[in-house]
Amino acid sequence: MRTINAFSITELTEKLCIEANCVITEDIRTCLGSCMKSETSPLGREILGTLVENAEIAKNEMSPICQDTGMTVVFVTMGQDLQIEGGFIEDAINEGVRRGYERGFLRKSVVRDPLERVNTKDNTPAVIHYEIVPGDEFHIIVAPKGFGSENMSQVKMLKPSQGISGVRDFVIKTVEEAGPNPCPPIIVGVGIGGTMEKSAILSKKALLRQVGTPSEKPHLAALEAELLSAVNSLGIGPAGLGGETTALSVHILSYPTHIAGLPVSVNIGCHATRHAEGSL
Amino acid sequence: MSEKRIELTTPLDGNSVKRLKTGDMVYISGTIYTARDAAHKKLAELIEAGDKIPFDFNGSVVFYAGPCPAKPGRPIGSVGPTTSGRMDLYSPKLIDKGLKYMIGKGLRSSEVVDAIVKNSGVYFAAIGGAAALMAKCVESAEIIAFDELGTEAVRRLVVKNMPVIVAIDSEGNDIYKQRKNL
Repeated sequence: MRTINAFSITELTEKLCIEANCVITEDIRTCLGSCMKSETSPLGREILGTLVENAEIAKNEMSPICQDTGMTVVFVTMGQDLQIEGGFIEDAINEGVRRGYERGFLRKSVVRDPLERVNTKDNTPAVIHYEIVPGDEFHIIVAPKGFGSENMSQVKMLKPSQGISGVRDFVIKTVEEAGPNPCPPIIVGVGIGGTMEKSAILSKKALLRQVGTPSEKPHLAALEAELLSAVNSLGIGPAGLGGETTALSVHILSYPTHIAGLPVSVNIGCHATRHAEGSL
Repeated sequence: MSEKRIELTTPLDGNSVKRLKTGDMVYISGTIYTARDAAHKKLAELIEAGDKIPFDFNGSVVFYAGPCPAKPGRPIGSVGPTTSGRMDLYSPKLIDKGLKYMIGKGLRSSEVVDAIVKNSGVYFAAIGGAAALMAKCVESAEIIAFDELGTEAVRRLVVKNMPVIVAIDSEGNDIYKQRKNL
């Protein structure tokens, strides 16, 4: 049994909140650069150039890429042979969010109650997903999610008979309805299978996969490529002002499901789809 | 799309606005005001109650934005447009009262387009997510109303050459619909 201190989780979370909000990941940065070359719309090229320039400024100054520094989504993967001392894990993570958002000059965008809507002023609580795995490692991904893109995401319980074409139509319809709102070029996260909430969590996790790395399952990799080409034919383009670069990537994750169901979730990530990870 | 580059200074003059066409690149300098979801609700309530509004709407430009906190020595933190569609419920009323020049991102309702045409307004799109860059156009910022709303308070910004694109012009031509017709 390995032991880590809760305070080390707080410190790591704090660091990752700032890093995720200010530094675009290299895979996305590279993809934006290559789309800048392939985009045929002059305005689209100019917008992609602006986004790359913005990312450079944000990184050099450690300023937030976007003013919407998001609701803090956290994925924790923890070995079952690991023990945490000195505090409750959830408190430790939220304290890290609190410190990161204060020290990083990040915007506080969370309201205590969805109907009463009073700001908590420290961006807590985070939305935390835990996964228990064999071993004694502690791994954490901090993925701040802005709501320009989150609001354009959708869940649909398809019938099994609708199959792959039902999934395809739903993903394309979701991207088309999102239009310019989620700050394209977007990353499209798709979760297929499981239950309603399982598909939704998969769709969010799918956003975290490295751009340019296809699904390990051949039929899903083929669907990803087909969907990327289909959404880039919609003409939405950078900032929704026209062009071929509507999405940088489509990522699908799947899970076994029930004989009666075909849940599909589409989680849309903006051009920055921010995330940072670390281990203890 | 004409994609002309035009420099404008606030308060905007009605004749210059009428000459703007969908797709034009515009660089705005002067005073603009931030207001987003919660501030729109409050502005609409003030108008409903017949109370005094916190700034003169006439010729003013509203920027749908809630900035990050400013680092020491800086006027403002990262700032960029939020999704305009959430303001659609309130916008026609505000446009009718004179707040008819708007900066945001994304789609607007047909009611907003109608109000823009009726009042010869304009809707500009700024580039969503380019907030570190856009903050560099801001020379000063101060909260002038609804301080309790934090990032959602109404701020008076002085900006220099803030880049925006005409998304809906005074005749109601909509860049997002043109794209769909391609």
